[in-house]
Amino acid sequence: MTTRITALFALALLLLAPAARAELRIEITQGVSEAVPIAVVPFGYGGDGRPPLDIAAVVDSDLASSGRFAPMDRRDMVTRPTRPDEVRLEDWRLLKTDIVVIGEVRPADDGRYDIEFHVFDVFRGEPLMGFSLRAAAGNLRGAGHRIADMIFERLTGVPGVFSTRIAYVTVDQVDGRNRYRLWLADADGARQTAIAESPEPIMSPAWAPDGKRIAYVSFESGVSRVFVQEVATGRREVVSGRPGINSAPAWSPDGRRLALVLGGVDGNLDIHVVELGSGQVRRLTRHPAIDTEPAWAPDGRSLYFTSDRAGGPQVYRVGLDGDAPRRVTFEGSYNARPRVSPDGEQLAVVHNDRGNFRIAVFDLRRGGVRVLSDGRQDESPSFAPNGSMIIYATREGARGVLAATSTDGRVRQRIATTEGDVREPVWSPYPQ
Amino acid sequence: MSLRKLALVIAGTMVLAACTPTTEPEAPGEEREAVGGRDDGLVTQPLPDDGSFVDGQPVGGGVGAGEADAALVGHTIIYFDFDSAAIRPEYSESIAAHAANLVEDPGLMIRLEGHTDERGSREYNIGLGERRAQAVRQALMLQGVSASQVSTVSYGEERPAVTGSDEEAWAMNRRVEIIYLR
Repeated sequence: MTTRITALFALALLLLAPAARAELRIEITQGVSEAVPIAVVPFGYGGDGRPPLDIAAVVDSDLASSGRFAPMDRRDMVTRPTRPDEVRLEDWRLLKTDIVVIGEVRPADDGRYDIEFHVFDVFRGEPLMGFSLRAAAGNLRGAGHRIADMIFERLTGVPGVFSTRIAYVTVDQVDGRNRYRLWLADADGARQTAIAESPEPIMSPAWAPDGKRIAYVSFESGVSRVFVQEVATGRREVVSGRPGINSAPAWSPDGRRLALVLGGVDGNLDIHVVELGSGQVRRLTRHPAIDTEPAWAPDGRSLYFTSDRAGGPQVYRVGLDGDAPRRVTFEGSYNARPRVSPDGEQLAVVHNDRGNFRIAVFDLRRGGVRVLSDGRQDESPSFAPNGSMIIYATREGARGVLAATSTDGRVRQRIATTEGDVREPVWSPYPQ
Repeated sequence: MSLRKLALVIAGTMVLAACTPTTEPEAPGEEREAVGGRDDGLVTQPLPDDGSFVDGQPVGGGVGAGEADAALVGHTIIYFDFDSAAIRPEYSESIAAHAANLVEDPGLMIRLEGHTDERGSREYNIGLGERRAQAVRQALMLQGVSASQVSTVSYGEERPAVTGSDEEAWAMNRRVEIIYLR
């Protein structure tokens, strides 16, 4: 009985924790000039009282955050249709909007909700898509993201990433001690939750390809070790705790192996690959220089990594077959922390741009490099799973904050958070 | 006192004599501020067995040989140039003093913590911090310290001694801290 009360009390404390209300806020600092005008009409509600969540607002804000759409202010909507037969396209033509989205939410028999939505092309005068989905009351926000993903893909040809999540690390001070936390949040910054906390550094989070596990480095025992944690249960295990450095985990595309960096007692950092099933370790590089920050090519047959074997840090590529590593980046004195785009054609790096550390993208097929950010200390680039955006860490005064840029450099977002100094954002894969 | 330590002490006394009394090579005022400013619970400590100094102030005895030695051992932070793990010549005496200490008492254990400034990528900085800690470890081992007495850890840019994004802050953060474990 007592234990049960204690458990309930602990649960209540968890629910009351202020962290639950922490939020990220996305602001577009630069959008495309030809952003498509779109009207997301508030969805109708077929139940009693008020709908549990304003789903249209979630869709509206997702599409706006992409920088490729310019949603209409609700106050400018002359009519608010909720069913296809109520839509009069000439009204919307006068309001100079290209696309109209309408929808309706109805309670279903099983306690969940049915959400039906329709998209119209105003100028062509025709329906573009219609879809119905069912969601639990607790996941109407998720349904909104899913709808935004479908609309985005129908209109741009590229799958949306509004249903994905980001992981990141914060540090702040509590009672004079550092507090490092690893967080997860929806791609729009909502539903932020801390999944690990320590007075010692936490770094280098990496999503498993199934989006259900995260590998990271923790110094909680006074030395660096690599952990793998199950997101849903919080259960975790040490996958590498050898003497010396254990760091920079990166999942193979099949999720069965983890590339990481081991230093040993003599501190010579080299790239290794651990089979997660057997724990068997294979050494991939053997060089007295610093070899670190491995990233898998999408085909899983080679890895990119940072090495300063030629002096300053540059990116190299090594095959799993044990061939000698080959240098990939030549422009600039500092290119580190490579991340490969989902199509394998671009490499995002931290690049020294005339004394500033910025995010740059190397075109692996045609050659050439483009600087995408404009900060002084930008770091940790991570591709969205559709390859369209890169999230990274930058500084605002003394604080670390997050920012994102489209891979073509046309759209820029600033992501504000209430939680301390933020770093190391990593974009999740598509939900499964 | 071993011959090696005696030689060090004499060398140390000569160095002190050559300096004006208030000038020391590593600007100890700044150094102490950096140590005191740490908020992670780790504190650098004077050696328990040479207790003639507390916070660098003599408590017993006058100007003497032991004092110079302890002053050198009291230097527990070694600073580095940008993107470099080379130990600057000004630290060779204090490293020699630590080495002499460790050789004399093989039961002593130290932990070398390598750090970098905040610029560049985090994992590469873990590598750079480790390279700095290993440079100090090698210097100690060259002077006869046993490998088993010295462990290393690199925090990269994760635990800065001072906050700030200017040359001064960066210079204070590129460091190896020598932590006596016993």
